[in-house]
Amino acid sequence: MSTGERDLLDVRELYVTYGGRGGGRRGGHAAVAGVSLSVAPEETLGLVGESGSGKTTVARCVAGLLRPRAGTVTFEGRPLGRAGHRPPELQRAVQMVFQDPRSSLNPRMTVASVIAEVWRTHPVTAPEGDRTEALHRLLAAMGLDPDVASRRAGDLSGGQCQRVSIARALAVRPRLLVCDEAVSALDVSVQAQILRLLAELRGRHRLAMLFISHDLGVVHQIADRVAVMRRGVIVEEGRTVEVLTAPRHPYTRALLDAALDLDDPVPGDGTADGGAAG
Amino acid sequence: MTPAGAGTARENGAGKPAPATDGPILRIEDLVVELPGPHGTRTRVVDGVSFDVPRAATVGLIGESGSGKTMTAQAVLGLPPEGATLTGRLLWHGEDLLAATPARRRAVRGREIAMIFQDPLAALNPTQRIGRQIGEVPRRDRLPRAEVNRRVVELLDRVGVPEPARRMRAYPHELSGGLRQRAVIAMALAGNPALLLADEPTTALDVTVQSRILRLLADIRAADGLAMLLVSHDLRVVSHVGERVVVMYAGRICERGPARDVLRRPAHPYTAALVRSVPAVRTRTAPADPLPGAPATPANRPVGCAFHPRCPLARARCRAEPPKVREVAPDRWSACHFAEEVPGS
Repeated sequence: MSTGERDLLDVRELYVTYGGRGGGRRGGHAAVAGVSLSVAPEETLGLVGESGSGKTTVARCVAGLLRPRAGTVTFEGRPLGRAGHRPPELQRAVQMVFQDPRSSLNPRMTVASVIAEVWRTHPVTAPEGDRTEALHRLLAAMGLDPDVASRRAGDLSGGQCQRVSIARALAVRPRLLVCDEAVSALDVSVQAQILRLLAELRGRHRLAMLFISHDLGVVHQIADRVAVMRRGVIVEEGRTVEVLTAPRHPYTRALLDAALDLDDPVPGDGTADGGAAG
Repeated sequence: MTPAGAGTARENGAGKPAPATDGPILRIEDLVVELPGPHGTRTRVVDGVSFDVPRAATVGLIGESGSGKTMTAQAVLGLPPEGATLTGRLLWHGEDLLAATPARRRAVRGREIAMIFQDPLAALNPTQRIGRQIGEVPRRDRLPRAEVNRRVVELLDRVGVPEPARRMRAYPHELSGGLRQRAVIAMALAGNPALLLADEPTTALDVTVQSRILRLLADIRAADGLAMLLVSHDLRVVSHVGERVVVMYAGRICERGPARDVLRRPAHPYTAALVRSVPAVRTRTAPADPLPGAPATPANRPVGCAFHPRCPLARARCRAEPPKVREVAPDRWSACHFAEEVPGS
């Protein structure tokens, strides 16, 4: 449910078509067909769906990496255009964390130069005084040792890389973090670390998040509200606990039925537990 | 360095009431796989692994990156990476495959032991119709063409591909991800294997497709009495299809035993942490207290217990002495010096 003028991010009637010609005419495949959603300040909206549902396409429009065929994306009422055309304060306000940290960081760059680069691009966010000290503070807040600063991104573990991506996003003091499958490629033990980190940083920096994931368990842990996408449209939206414990739409129900929890019988298989409950 | 698994080879013989009357279909004894590392070093990516796959049972092999789970499966299949050296024994119906001739290995692979991979697109040849690929083994048996085709249709039908006679003429890219994985399973079944190795068979699939594929694997297993070694990082998948689990960390076994018992009452702190890390779907849970640090890699395996730098129970002994796999309760095997202290065990 939209809270109207208090929203931070507002997406209205978004249409995105792939493979069509002329950027707007008919033909091609509608990846997103009329999506509206909003994110209030300090709120986390989970966006779930299977592959081809259009959830990543919505994220890319919000990040300004894709131009929609129709519809608007606004931040506090100001239109968010393509990434390169945004005024610097809007560019800073919306930051993105991707699924594969290894491909979103240049493997040859040191962590110090990755962060220095964003501070150069957004000088107002650059720390006054000793930058090395500020960098170490930033890394420490991500749970990284100071010696990581001099390492190359390509030499870091998957979890460390994702911490650096989050550090890079937070270095410019954003208000909205768009996380696209940000923990999906990580080992389970590391995934728990990054979820913990995101939850903690969200509180400390009063961040709003658009959290895209195919994993209903992860979304259940982190999102205040959830929107379920299928074939380019949102089929159900509401408070996370309500949607994921009492789904109304048949598709949400199907997704939940198919999702595995530790310890259930095989879905649809009445024989798995030999009839014994628990 | 003393291999941690040196004492584990004999542990299986300890007069347990075996669930099956016959011996296991596959017994892995003290398997060691070493790969060439930088500057002429050798990295021990599998370090003294021993476990059984009982007849007609599904064993889940769980681990994170660097655990050696995939390398163990590749060793069983007989397709280790270039330059690997293997020691130990792989007893297939009692016959040691590590001592077998290359010809015998080839005869076993794809027929007695078949494999399904994570990415069906990579497992299928994009330039060949799927029927041709599924028919490869029957064709090698010099069956007449009509007979090969009949067999392919039968296999596709068996794995739930609709309109098999038409679909056998499709190229891989013309099928959805779920149908492609079904085609790969049909290919694996073509040689009538007794053991199916499945490496992350549903990881690349959507959740609704995943549950149908798991269902299919369970059905095939029940119908054929096929044994399965399911390699996965996903505890949820393993808890659904595995009767037994083996948990690996940095090339060694942490724990093994009946799946439900192990996942409900872990006897190793690493298993306990993995179980805690899995977010529940149907109830709201807070993000778990995570383990510190990253999974150890075989190339940088800590001395003593490989898990000790991340372990809440670690103490001096753990930093010095690699624990052996020992029976801590009936049919429960743990490689933790302090298994009895694992919370909830």
